[in-house]
Amino acid sequence: MRGLSFDVAHLLAGSLVLVSFMQLYQDRLYALLNIYALHALVLAASVAWQAFIQDAPHLYLTALIALVFKAIVIPTALHRIIVRLGIHREIETVVGVGPAMLLGMGLVALSMVVMLRVTAEADPLAREDLAFALAVVLLGLLMMVTRRNAVSQVVGFMSLENGLVLAATGAKGMPLVVEISVAFSVLIAFIVIGIFLFRIRERFDTVDVQALDRFRGERR
Amino acid sequence: MATYALYGVAALLALAPIAVALAASARASNVIYVASLLVTLALGVIGLMSLFERTVSIATLPLGLPWLGAHFRIDALAAFFVIIVNLGGAAASLFAIGYGSHEESPQRVLPFYPTYLAAMNLVVLADDAFSFLVSWEFMSLSSWALVVAHHRERENLRAGYVYLLMASLGTLALLLAFGLLAGSDGNYAFDAMRASHPAPALAATVLVLALVGAGSKAGIVPLHAWLPLAHPAAPSHVSALMSGVMTKVAVYGFVRIAFDLLGEPAWWWSMLVLAVGGITAVMGVLYALMQHDLKRLLAYHTVENIGIIYIGLGLALAFKAYGMPVAAALALTAGLFHVFNHSVFKSLLFFGAGAVLNATGERDMEHLGGLIHRMPQTAFVFLVGCVAISALPPLNGFVSEWLTFQAILLSPQLPSWGLTFLVPAVGALLALSAALAAACFVKAFGVTFLGRPRTPAAANARETDSNSLAAMYFLAALCLVAGILPGIFIDALAPVTNALVGKSMPHQTGLDWLTVVPIAESRSSYNGLLVFIFVTLSGSIAAFAIHRLASDKLRRGPAWDCGYPELSPATQYTASSFAQPIRRVYGTTVFRAREIGEMPPPGATTPARLTVEIHDLIWDAAYAPIAAFIGYAAERLNVLQFLTIRRYLTLVFSALVLLLLVLAIWP
Repeated sequence: MRGLSFDVAHLLAGSLVLVSFMQLYQDRLYALLNIYALHALVLAASVAWQAFIQDAPHLYLTALIALVFKAIVIPTALHRIIVRLGIHREIETVVGVGPAMLLGMGLVALSMVVMLRVTAEADPLAREDLAFALAVVLLGLLMMVTRRNAVSQVVGFMSLENGLVLAATGAKGMPLVVEISVAFSVLIAFIVIGIFLFRIRERFDTVDVQALDRFRGERR
Repeated sequence: MATYALYGVAALLALAPIAVALAASARASNVIYVASLLVTLALGVIGLMSLFERTVSIATLPLGLPWLGAHFRIDALAAFFVIIVNLGGAAASLFAIGYGSHEESPQRVLPFYPTYLAAMNLVVLADDAFSFLVSWEFMSLSSWALVVAHHRERENLRAGYVYLLMASLGTLALLLAFGLLAGSDGNYAFDAMRASHPAPALAATVLVLALVGAGSKAGIVPLHAWLPLAHPAAPSHVSALMSGVMTKVAVYGFVRIAFDLLGEPAWWWSMLVLAVGGITAVMGVLYALMQHDLKRLLAYHTVENIGIIYIGLGLALAFKAYGMPVAAALALTAGLFHVFNHSVFKSLLFFGAGAVLNATGERDMEHLGGLIHRMPQTAFVFLVGCVAISALPPLNGFVSEWLTFQAILLSPQLPSWGLTFLVPAVGALLALSAALAAACFVKAFGVTFLGRPRTPAAANARETDSNSLAAMYFLAALCLVAGILPGIFIDALAPVTNALVGKSMPHQTGLDWLTVVPIAESRSSYNGLLVFIFVTLSGSIAAFAIHRLASDKLRRGPAWDCGYPELSPATQYTASSFAQPIRRVYGTTVFRAREIGEMPPPGATTPARLTVEIHDLIWDAAYAPIAAFIGYAAERLNVLQFLTIRRYLTLVFSALVLLLLVLAIWP
């Protein structure tokens, strides 16, 4: 049982990193949203598995929140936003897909090296989990940095937050309050960003944040 | 005693809100200054009692660091400096009762004045590094508020800015010094620092940091740049406090660290301190000679006198390092006695300058002149201060400089060839600075008070009020008393030197005719009383003879005018013409001074001009490049204020990745 539980947890956390790479690869908004939903789904599965092996029923609740909000509500809402804004064109990326993938691999390697070094005495499960979580966080940040479209930046932010949840559930004894507050703060951030998107769009007829820069008289 | 002293400090602090509350009323200034006078007098008495009872008393308050508390202590050294602080404070308060009523914006001065006094007392009383640094910074900030009290003048704002920067630098150095002394345990109480014996390299670093930290506040060259800007900018009674008292508090900080906390000195520390002291003394007086602004001239003289004090302290360190405690006691007594003397006569001179400023609205000596007829009493006490600071017997300045020379003359006994070469050179610098100081005060007194008034403002001056005069007469009397009875003061310093170098100078008060014998009768002795009696007698006889033989033959007639009628006051000897010979001798190299004469061709109607160019090389070499670099860097970094959101995100991201990389690579 010990071996299997470790392997499955490892598999799920690893899949989360893989899905992050898929996000990084996607340059169409609809596909990006679908993959984000998949990201949240894998997260929910991973959290549920953690709940099972740690025998911590409150983590099931976290998994449920992840499933309902992140895999269903938020992608649907973003989908509707995209439809209403009428932007289902290609995403312009600042860095090409190839270099972005290479950078992502470097980041994963970095997070592995850092985490495995600093947590030498910790429980191996938590170590792997933390390393993967850091990789997911860094990939989310990379996505925010390499995209220009506000919607894909939001998606990057959301997947970053998924990495945080993964880290939080990997460590034993994280109270539910923390997770709920994280979930709520993300929800609020999502609402605020959604409102901003519409405001930006109203004013500039685009959600490309370059328009904001042009408006401030900046060169790219 | 320490507890009572803290009550006094609390009373001073309580005056600040009262001052804020009373700011609107016309009597506020009187109330605050009278109250400050009473409290500082009480604190001064506490200092005197602790010094003569030779007791050490401590007090602890539950403030500050939670595991430490705030410790306060009065030992002999602290008691001596409590006396200095409160003597200066009391005199300044008395002066300000009259002077403060002319203040145009009293609400900017009154609340900060008592807090400033309280802060200086707290620095001296503090017995742990935390309280010391907090009080030190409190002192800097309250004095900064007083410097920019007249904030409408651009120059004052600049002075305040430079002062604030230099004060931060000094506090940073002191913070590092105390941090090193406290060690990794973080034991910030002075008792623990005394008990720990730091390694030589560490102790040397602490000494250099203390020299920079305390020295920047005291005004040693090349950290003096703020002093001649900030001291004159404050109202005159505060200038007197800053110059006469706050620089002494800085000296206290240095003495406390170098003699008390660091334990046994290494011989080369003294070379550093001596070299700094000698250069400071000469540079200070040379700067002063180039000045025409009366208050700024006095501020530069503070730099000079701090140099003299540091020479005494450096000699004491040298003798202490070579195990010659009697000689060390002599040098330390000389330094500390000069601390006292300078605080007395510098306060007196700043009061005089304040009285002149009040009466004429002028600080520039070239616009003054002839004030001895309009302000005879101010002129008299100012003259006493000038004689004292020029180190002429029988006044107090002579005694302490003479004692410093006695210590210098003992230096051939030092077993280090470096010091036997350096000390005579420093002695020569000291002699040079004393002579130049005398020349400078002939200029200051002569141009300001003698001759004919150069402006209507000087011609219409009126004598200052009686409270201000009382403060000045009190300090002038103190100059005389310390000059003719130095034995009392030297004996009073015995517990201080006993505590710091282990010995004290021989007992002086029992000797015949109040003679001072620093080492042995056969070597040297000085008798201020005899000099005073001789000067008084010979002066009286000469005056009597002249009056008897010549007064009735005096007649007043027009001065010979070389054939030009109606001599203008502008044809008088001016301050810059008085300083010209010295400027030509020293200024050409030290200040790259140049005189540019413009003679118009015959027939042209333009006036001939003589322009003097003076460069402050220390500012150009040390301060200007730093300022230029900071300006350049700020200009470059300004771009960071206007990045796009994505670039900020990229910056955050790369910083994070960089830190993770460091973590990954770090062994």
